[in-house]
Amino acid sequence: MRATFSRAIAYAFGRRPELVFWLVVLAATVALFAADELLPWAVEYPSEWVIPLRFWVSDFMKWLINEADLGLFTFKQFTRSISWVFNWFLAASFGVLSEGVKIPLGGEALFHLPSLSWIALIAMLAIMAYSIRDWALSLLVGICFLYLAIFGQWGSAMVTLSSIVVAVPLGILFGLLLGILAYRHPWFERAITPLLDLMQTVPVFAYLVPVLFMFGFGPVAAMTATMIYSLPPMTRCTTMALQLVPTEIVEFGNMAGCSHRQLMWKVMVPSARPTLMVGVNQVIMLSLNMVIIASMIGAGGLGFDVLHALRRLAIGVGLEAGVAITVLAIALDRLSQAYAGKAPVRVKKKVSFVRRHPHLVAALAIIVATTVTGFLVPAVADYPESLTVTTSGFWEKLVTWINIHFFDTLDAIKSGLLLNVLIPFKRFLLSLPWLAVMGLLALAGVRLGGWRLSLGVAAMTAFVAVTGNWEKAMISTYLIGVSVVLASGIGMPIGIWAAGNDRVHRAVQVIIDTLQTLPAFVYLIPVVMLFRVGDFSAMIAVVAYSLVPIIRYTDHGIRQVPPSIIEAATAAGCTHRQILLKVQMPLALPEIMLGVNQTIMLGLSMLVITALVGTRDLGQEVYIALTKADTGRGIVAGVCVAMIAMVADRLISAWSTVRKKQLGLS
Amino acid sequence: MKRMRRASMLNAIKSAVIMVMIGACMMLSGSALAGDPESKDPIIITLNDWTGQHISSYIMGGVLQRMGYNVEYVQADYLAQFAGLEAGDLHVAMELWATTAKQAVEASLKTGNTVDLGDTGMVGIEDWWFPLYMKEKCPGLPDWRALLECAEVFATPDTAPKGRYLSGAATWGGFDKERIEALGLNFEVIQAGSEGALFAELKAAYDRKAPIVLWVWSPHWVPYKYKGEFVEFPRYTDECYNNPSWGINPDKAYDCGKPRGWIKKIGWAGGDKKWPKAFQAARNFRLDNESMGRMVAEADIEGRKVTEVVDEWLSENENVWRKWIE
Repeated sequence: MRATFSRAIAYAFGRRPELVFWLVVLAATVALFAADELLPWAVEYPSEWVIPLRFWVSDFMKWLINEADLGLFTFKQFTRSISWVFNWFLAASFGVLSEGVKIPLGGEALFHLPSLSWIALIAMLAIMAYSIRDWALSLLVGICFLYLAIFGQWGSAMVTLSSIVVAVPLGILFGLLLGILAYRHPWFERAITPLLDLMQTVPVFAYLVPVLFMFGFGPVAAMTATMIYSLPPMTRCTTMALQLVPTEIVEFGNMAGCSHRQLMWKVMVPSARPTLMVGVNQVIMLSLNMVIIASMIGAGGLGFDVLHALRRLAIGVGLEAGVAITVLAIALDRLSQAYAGKAPVRVKKKVSFVRRHPHLVAALAIIVATTVTGFLVPAVADYPESLTVTTSGFWEKLVTWINIHFFDTLDAIKSGLLLNVLIPFKRFLLSLPWLAVMGLLALAGVRLGGWRLSLGVAAMTAFVAVTGNWEKAMISTYLIGVSVVLASGIGMPIGIWAAGNDRVHRAVQVIIDTLQTLPAFVYLIPVVMLFRVGDFSAMIAVVAYSLVPIIRYTDHGIRQVPPSIIEAATAAGCTHRQILLKVQMPLALPEIMLGVNQTIMLGLSMLVITALVGTRDLGQEVYIALTKADTGRGIVAGVCVAMIAMVADRLISAWSTVRKKQLGLS
Repeated sequence: MKRMRRASMLNAIKSAVIMVMIGACMMLSGSALAGDPESKDPIIITLNDWTGQHISSYIMGGVLQRMGYNVEYVQADYLAQFAGLEAGDLHVAMELWATTAKQAVEASLKTGNTVDLGDTGMVGIEDWWFPLYMKEKCPGLPDWRALLECAEVFATPDTAPKGRYLSGAATWGGFDKERIEALGLNFEVIQAGSEGALFAELKAAYDRKAPIVLWVWSPHWVPYKYKGEFVEFPRYTDECYNNPSWGINPDKAYDCGKPRGWIKKIGWAGGDKKWPKAFQAARNFRLDNESMGRMVAEADIEGRKVTEVVDEWLSENENVWRKWIE
């Protein structure tokens, strides 16, 4: 008996040293639980130990804005002059797309040059799409913009578009420059990487107040916030793309006698274009994600329409305005992707300008023609309001119908989940001693990536406790944790299905794009009508938004399993099911986990929005800080959100790398 | 409008050849009505996120335009707008409610960078509110004592046996928790988080005739669209909030309803020098709950455009706003 037992232990030690390790860890945690009486400070972080960081940040910002002097001018004058310059760009694009331009003729007289007519803009984009790719793309872009006209969204869409066409190129430019700097100077890359992480994970609401102070109230502040959020992927993509440029090309450039600058701009940047365009694409998508938040601080446009409609509970109107944002995103995204994939065309120099640029000439001709006829026929200049259609009544009736007939069923499901799963899990997380959580995460860091990772993770966890946000952070963790599990449960099967079937794959792509760009506000209100305010509604919103990466990465992960391995498995007589479960899934798991990682990131970025349906976590803290214009409180809570994101990111990425190495995939 | 466009087009043709080539439309800017504006710089009026505020802002803006001023509207968050007003980026905010922004207004005025532009004449009412059909399920309403008996009617699975009172956003304050304790009500406060969520629940409950009691305010479109009443708590006095011995509960404060109070305008302090007549007009702006409620209902329930509703009011009530600019 005794022999068997010791043999069992030896077996466990020999075969599974990790298991014993984790058992010890578990025992230590339980011991800490028991230590509640002896070491109360290890369980609940004492409030008198909290570092008043948020007051320091507030004071610093106050000093920066009111007193900081850079010698020739103050800091505020500096930011305001930037704002003044940006405002010119904005005014120009606003004039072209939305309001028209007033040219003074002396005295009181003004010459009003109208903005691009709806026909001209649609024709121009369709021609552009045709010249980049083909008729199909042209048709898609045309339909997208026709939607805006027919559903009466044109005016607002142009306001939004006019700030997007400024914010996106500026974001790309700054991202590119920072990326090149980071490529040239490794120390700069090391310095900027954590900063980029913060820019992507600190919720926008957290730095909205300081941005308002610095850049003034209005579209420029909104645009600056948009750029802060959308620029990091461009910088990352640039650095990576330049590093991936084959050395042969660089050497060839050197041999051809290129100067430093020529080498960068004429050789390396063009040959890195495909990867750079991934960054461009991200800038476009993230900028459109920001449309709603930007409208809260004076950007107007579609975002404002969505907010306004939902405030008066016009679900259908809000949905149509929200879909208009999605439609804009899809059109711009497809155009930029097509441009990325386009091979450079050689043109003969000798033919006339018209021959060389037939599309450009056609577009210009249409612009001139529609502008002139626009003065005589108003319908050409502005899409006639009498021809707009709306489906809003249908959506409102649909939600009311579901509400009346199915509320009790939905309510029973909700209450069951809430009382049996969500609330117990929340209580469990809240009862965990903070020191134990920190210790566990640090240990996981040691096992997955060594001491440096471990220290980093511990420091980030400690930051949350030390700034006094532990309890709220745990509620956020609970909400995101539950949502990620649910999103994985829904997303993985869809991803697997899409990986095995090309038609499903294409259909899923459209749904994914819609989910990612449709503002969460649009579905938040109907969700509240059916599920009441609280954690459950918040969870649904988080799941809907963060479902995208898990589907995409599962699909991608399974597709990239080498066909030779599948063939070998088939030859060995595996069934379909066995291939999926024993070959494809384990091999795709590292990739899928990166999808889970992205799901966590997106979920965290939804936290502030969930504050609008009454959650009481870090998101609420950021939101309260925003409404009270409390800079320090918002930034500290925002950084805590970023810390959760970064801890999850570092650990999962480390695991994925280790696992890929074990599988021989990297 | 059309005639003006055509006439102005003729002018343009005469004045410049290039314009004829492009095709032109001309507009005469400014239609000076009451004296000259002191400065042509635009006066920026903030738009917050509820319809009533838009109506006040567009009425004010319309009057200022008729006085010859240039006016711009900028969307701004209700509480974040103070930063802009203090810095001079924004110039006039038309609706600040004592019930929600009292501290913020006081703090902002204390900086000296903003000025009080006086009351709007409207009175903000905020309190517990129930749909009329609840009178059958909880007899005795609107008297608050009825809630003592039928808290359970308002319960949901996660609050049972306590009743569920739906409050607003965390920042709105309101002392509902204290009120519940002081009055001995068996209710739990649930935060809706935002106005949208708050009234989404009301709409859903109203369509099902389900029990609900929640935070509503007036002037707002909700009490016009849905039939219901405010719960009648003991009337608010300053003493009730400050002095525990006052009122029904001798040991606790807050044993009464919420304060009803002013809705104020405030402006950027520099505006008084830059556009004195305009700011005086803003000080004179007065509207009552009744006409505001009617306009809000026209915009939000009948779905008319706010600017259309405002234009109609301005042309029908010229004698009213004329007095503001004299």
